[in-house]
Amino acid sequence: MSVRATTGALLAVILLAGCTNDDNFELFGSSPETDDAGGIEQSDLASYEQDSPEYFTSIVGDRVFFMVDQSTITEESAATLRQQADWLTTNPDFTITVEGHADEQGTREYNLALGARRAGSVKDFLVGQGIAQHRISTVTYGKERPVAACSDESCWSQNRRSVTLVNRELSG
Amino acid sequence: MTRNRIMVAVATALGIAAGCHATVAQAANEPLRIEIREGVIRPVQLAMPAFVAVSPEAEGVARDIKDVVAADLTGTGLFREIPAGAHISEVTSFNGPISFPDWKAINAEALIVGEVGVDGTGRMTVKFRLFDVFAETPMGNGTQFTSGPADWRRIAHKIADGIYSELTGEKPFFDTSVAFISETGPKNDRSKRLAIMDYDGANLEYLTEGDEIVLAPRFSPDGNRLIYTSYITGTPRVQMLDLRTGEQHAIIESSDMTFAPRFSPDGTRVLMSISLDGNTDIYEVDVSTRRARRLTRSAAIETAPSYSPDGKWIVFESDRSLDPQIYVMRSGGSEPRRISFGQGRYGTPVWSPSGDYIAFTKQHAGRFHVGVMRADGSGERILSSSFLDEGPTWAPNGRVLMFFRETPGADGGPVLISVDVYGRNLRRVPTPGFASDPAWSPLRQ
Repeated sequence: MSVRATTGALLAVILLAGCTNDDNFELFGSSPETDDAGGIEQSDLASYEQDSPEYFTSIVGDRVFFMVDQSTITEESAATLRQQADWLTTNPDFTITVEGHADEQGTREYNLALGARRAGSVKDFLVGQGIAQHRISTVTYGKERPVAACSDESCWSQNRRSVTLVNRELSG
Repeated sequence: MTRNRIMVAVATALGIAAGCHATVAQAANEPLRIEIREGVIRPVQLAMPAFVAVSPEAEGVARDIKDVVAADLTGTGLFREIPAGAHISEVTSFNGPISFPDWKAINAEALIVGEVGVDGTGRMTVKFRLFDVFAETPMGNGTQFTSGPADWRRIAHKIADGIYSELTGEKPFFDTSVAFISETGPKNDRSKRLAIMDYDGANLEYLTEGDEIVLAPRFSPDGNRLIYTSYITGTPRVQMLDLRTGEQHAIIESSDMTFAPRFSPDGTRVLMSISLDGNTDIYEVDVSTRRARRLTRSAAIETAPSYSPDGKWIVFESDRSLDPQIYVMRSGGSEPRRISFGQGRYGTPVWSPSGDYIAFTKQHAGRFHVGVMRADGSGERILSSSFLDEGPTWAPNGRVLMFFRETPGADGGPVLISVDVYGRNLRRVPTPGFASDPAWSPLRQ
């Protein structure tokens, strides 16, 4: 499974993804190769193979978001997670780690438990879509790893998230 | 982490000089005493003349020790030091007569006299005696400490501990450590290191390198071990670190996510949270067998457990009634009873070492507070308020708390704050940079 997608096909996927998950646009803007120095790097979309973790992260969409204190999978999140499940079904050799995160409004220990609950909720959804339990591990980061640093809802809404990481090593 | 033992001798020989004055005192007055209670407290006026240096080599350390004693005592807000410039008398001999009228004239209520000697090997002998100026009598027998030169700060803290206890009737807390998390780097890429220091910020040591996230250290009851949460394996896991040897290991052999640990009062067990399939419950781990026993069974989050000092009860946080609230159950597990009923969300409950209060973090109307309540939930008292105040820890005497306060925004970060149990004397605890998750040690042995 190493079909090289044409640029046209990719664009269609991107637009489709955009319809179901606003977040994909934002993710799309930052290339995985972007370095810490903050310079702009350009990479060719067509270079992502459909069975690559980069494709999963950028095109399928690696994250979903949660309401305050909630771990409920919203309709919008469900759409993203179904695409994740589709990809995982098509690429059965990959395992994933689901990270659960919380915003800074809450104590450290409660947020660790909340992040675990969010990661568990995503795992349950993916298992419900037919992904084998043993392919999914979970980890909570509580409020330890925010992606957005400001202290208002515009940042908090980005931090209340789960992120699905595709593990590069093929499972045995 | 090797710390030398300090020799303490209650110096009965010193009591001879003390005895001269003792007869004067008893009848006329109640002993000098400051009671720590609610409301405004007028600080006790302390006179602390320079400690007598037995030899010229002792002059520097005599000055340093006296300064630390003064900082400990005045730092509580319960004592005020009368500036040396106002003194009429000097004290040039530890056992010499005290000119009480000179100290009364400057309104001194307590007088602290000290002496420091250093022998040829650098070993120190430090003596101090406390006087009730109005009664013209010594309080206690006086105390002598001997130690190596490195322990001069601990001797100072022990002197201050003795004076604090004598004057307040409370157990002391100055000869203690604080373990905490030192934080550096931007908010969305923080590096965290486990660190330990004296309670006043001196003698800082780092215990981890900052390569993995570390959280929320807690001391064993003997002060020799720390349990904390580490991401060294990639997921949160409770580690136990022996401060004497540096040896450490996971508290249970499991790949499950574990966090929020706290020792039992006898040090044989650890309470902590384990997350399984997204659900977090409280477990009790036997430290020697490393077996975990489940204490709560609900689909809600149960975390942040803390034993009562008699070991009979466990207070913890749960969102079984939707918002996080504080619950109490019997040690070993029983149907929990909710004790927090004020407005807002409650978390991080921690039982006072003296048993009279439970400290907590409260979140209400967009602000965070640290507060205390009685074990039945009554008498809630809010001690602090800010964008984010979190994670109280008790001084071993249960009369002072420390917590962390984080400022908002991308450039925000946490600092350590101490406050007394009535909300007075809120002070920043000095740390080199951002610091969070303080844990106050027991009194050092």
